[in-house]
Amino acid sequence: MAGERRAHPWMANSAPGIIEGMLKEIGAASVDEVFAQIPNDHFRSTPLDLPPALTSEIELRRDLVGKLKRNASCEDNLSFIGAGVWQHHVPAIVDEIVGRTEFATNVWGSYQSDHGRNQAWFEFNSQLGALLNLDVVQLPVYSWGCAIGHAIRMAARITGRAKVLVPALSDPERLSVIRTYCQPSEMDGHIEVVTIAADPTTGRLDANDLAARLGEDVAAVYFENPAYLGTIESGAAEIARLARAAGAETIVGVDPASLGVIKAPGDYGADIVTGPVQPLGVHMHCGGGAGGFIASRDEERYVRAYNGFLVSVVETREPGQLGFGLACPHQNSYGMRENGNDWTGNSTYLWAIAGAVYMSLLGPEGFRELGTLIVARARYAAKLLGDIDGVRIVWPDTTFKEFVVNFDGTGRTVSEINDALRARGIFGGKDISDEAGGLGRSALYCVTEVHSAADIRRLADTLTEVLQ
Amino acid sequence: MTRPPEFHAAKWNEPVVMELGRPGGRGQHFPAPEDEIRSAVGIDLIPGEMARTDRPDLPEITEFEAQRHYLHLSQMTLGMMGVSLFGTCTMKYNSKTAEFATLRPELAAVHPYQHPDTLQGVLQIIHDMDGMLRSLSGMDQFIFQAGGGANAAYTMACVARAYWADKGMLGQRTEMVTSVQAHPCNPATAAAAGFKVVNLPLEENGYPSLDALRAAVSGNTALIMINNPDDMGIYNPEIKEWVRIAKEAGALCFYDHANFNGVMGKLSARELGFDACMFMLHKTFGAPKAGGGPAVGAFGCSDELAAYLPTPVVVKAGDRYALDEDRPKSMGKIREYWGNVPQVVKAYAWTRAMGADGIELGADISVVSNNYMDKRLAEIPGLAISNPDVSARRMEMTRWSLGPIAEETGIGTVDFANRMADYGIDPWWMSHEPWIVAEPFTPEPGELWSKEDIDLWIDVVAKICEEARSDPEMVKSAPHNQAIAQVKGDAFEDPAKWAMTWRAWKRKQEAADQGKRGAA
Repeated sequence: MAGERRAHPWMANSAPGIIEGMLKEIGAASVDEVFAQIPNDHFRSTPLDLPPALTSEIELRRDLVGKLKRNASCEDNLSFIGAGVWQHHVPAIVDEIVGRTEFATNVWGSYQSDHGRNQAWFEFNSQLGALLNLDVVQLPVYSWGCAIGHAIRMAARITGRAKVLVPALSDPERLSVIRTYCQPSEMDGHIEVVTIAADPTTGRLDANDLAARLGEDVAAVYFENPAYLGTIESGAAEIARLARAAGAETIVGVDPASLGVIKAPGDYGADIVTGPVQPLGVHMHCGGGAGGFIASRDEERYVRAYNGFLVSVVETREPGQLGFGLACPHQNSYGMRENGNDWTGNSTYLWAIAGAVYMSLLGPEGFRELGTLIVARARYAAKLLGDIDGVRIVWPDTTFKEFVVNFDGTGRTVSEINDALRARGIFGGKDISDEAGGLGRSALYCVTEVHSAADIRRLADTLTEVLQ
Repeated sequence: MTRPPEFHAAKWNEPVVMELGRPGGRGQHFPAPEDEIRSAVGIDLIPGEMARTDRPDLPEITEFEAQRHYLHLSQMTLGMMGVSLFGTCTMKYNSKTAEFATLRPELAAVHPYQHPDTLQGVLQIIHDMDGMLRSLSGMDQFIFQAGGGANAAYTMACVARAYWADKGMLGQRTEMVTSVQAHPCNPATAAAAGFKVVNLPLEENGYPSLDALRAAVSGNTALIMINNPDDMGIYNPEIKEWVRIAKEAGALCFYDHANFNGVMGKLSARELGFDACMFMLHKTFGAPKAGGGPAVGAFGCSDELAAYLPTPVVVKAGDRYALDEDRPKSMGKIREYWGNVPQVVKAYAWTRAMGADGIELGADISVVSNNYMDKRLAEIPGLAISNPDVSARRMEMTRWSLGPIAEETGIGTVDFANRMADYGIDPWWMSHEPWIVAEPFTPEPGELWSKEDIDLWIDVVAKICEEARSDPEMVKSAPHNQAIAQVKGDAFEDPAKWAMTWRAWKRKQEAADQGKRGAA
């Protein structure tokens, strides 16, 4: 075999003689002749410098797994990191379905040939709509931050205004994405991002500051429920009322995992709702499980302002039969290029299928149990940690799954504390000491349904130990 | 002549999941809060005004019923299990070796905010992928935040914003120049970033003229965004001159490498003079596109532009890998976190499994196979190649037209796409807007499909041409062997009929029923 090329397992036409046979059929003497349309001086002068090929599955697997094993996972450690990516339980059925090659593979197909995928997408939108109490849900965009960005731009298109109010205590990661979407001030399409102060005693929006900043130039008010730092915005209906009175849209961000126990945003005046898809059956994937949804009431002015793919149920040529396809396809960038609403493209649609399976498995009672369990365990964790000397829970009684732990009284930095915890197999909460809000040496802890009471006690005991 | 499959899709008449189940049915249990938790904090913890009182209208089914339902849906999805020569998207084999590796807890159960000491494996893979893409493009730095090719185009527009702002010229450099045939994401993302879009028309030879480019670029041009070859499969031999002219005007030059498959290992974007480029890891690099993401638009650029990239950038210091967040000139975030990391790992696996020789061979096969396909399609009466006066060979895909047969029979490209599925052939890609030829279709064989697959595909096209002549109504009403019949499009633009959720559908059905009763 020496000297003879082996056919590659992923390339059928690399078998001996196939290329030569096709060249003969097209009347080309060589492969080079088929590339004759490229001028000679365009071809690269430097040869490719890639590591040796791993054409054997055995070698490839060894390389991949060998490298990945240098990671330490949240399965082998006890993790309390959240802040936009959360460790939730993923039912096994979800992994089976999203791994189906018919879904995971490349193709787009047609409404008929790939009917099942279109139905699964519609079922994601429908079930999420039931959790939100809203009639229109778009297929998810890249991330929650991107969903907020598009929602703000929707509001700007709808109102013809160019200012958005957002909480001062926003996730810096999402806020940075929002600023990108709102463009720098030099651009004609710039949307001014103005922050609303927080009430320091509750973490909620300061209603007076909001009222003072609302005006005829405000396109939208954006807030989250639960908010970035875990607090529940109990003044949601009042915020929406104030925004509406000023002619502004109310955009809310919600955690879908909370919607079995927290009021649906469609019921407190939200106009456009965004949120993360990852809690709905998607693994953390090192942040690669991100996805963001956008939803609204079924009013034409909203529907016409969406940027992406709206899947509608429709009738087929066979009486009584239903199919699914894209509504309003001409308003996006595929239909109108630079004149479409923002842009669209490949996004995170596989996670819509994950979410559809996940929501169908939980049902109304599952979501209620999930929310009940999460909030109880999170409050328990807050209570145990707050009992440790020098440790203070910033807003102990108004959180869902995340809460701020302040360590000013310990004389230690969050970084030092997290290093000590990590040495004991625990990933402490995200260090927010340098973030906006002036919360001192603080960390954002996340507790979900995967954390048992024993896990929480272990955290409290270990923290007590490392702070001694 | 190959033998077309006698295919019929599974037809389960599967209800919408909201119609399944029974009151009280359960698919998942969660434990009740432990006694120690109940006694310490209680259980009714949501403030009264925010507590949910209604029951969300979700299905109540068993775990098995959920599994069966979604397996039925997967069975009613052809999903490339026929032959898909879906041009512009480069259908690939998506390695299950790589897929299974990414599902291990060492990646699936990893958080991006973990301490870098606990992320050395994934950081190494990203760093190594960056290195391989640098070799393929000549660029100095790649990042993977962008969640798709369009998002990478948006990254370019935002990097250009930051670059011109840093030079104090953002108010002056306000225009982006592209071709009318560039992918819609280029003009759309540039516009969303705030730039004015200048579209250059195509000449007979398939690409815009140098004179048109010279007239379009000026001191107002911030950047140009261009693909090559384009979706016609035509390689623009003047591309180096393009870059020279644009740079003479001071513009940044972005190479949309969506159509990389035919030139892999043959061209270097940097050697051609480009400042930045983008690769689709979910297309060219073998990560599954999953019907529309999670995807990755890998964005690479020169050292000069690297300062403006979104953070974090994966760097290597000694034998440690780290995340560099301290980049004061960064444009900010394009998307949260570092990107769709499992897809980067799968693309890394593809690149390693192919190696330099495999990648170059893949490009050879892609272009030779497409030229073979062009020859055979040209022999089918009723089809017409785009830009018929262009004598040079096409690259890895070709834009074709059903214009002649549509004129003869009234059967167009949508009808063909629908009918193809009846033979177990995945519907083809037609064209992005605007349609430059009548009734377009755009096949791309890539390096995956065998000559037998390509022959089968062509034979089915030829057969549908015959059917269009002998029984046009049958083709017009296709498909006939699918899970459902042709969907009716009347609801898609009608606010009274469109229904994006089941609750909207039920509401509109009730309204329509009441209307009928009222009329009776």
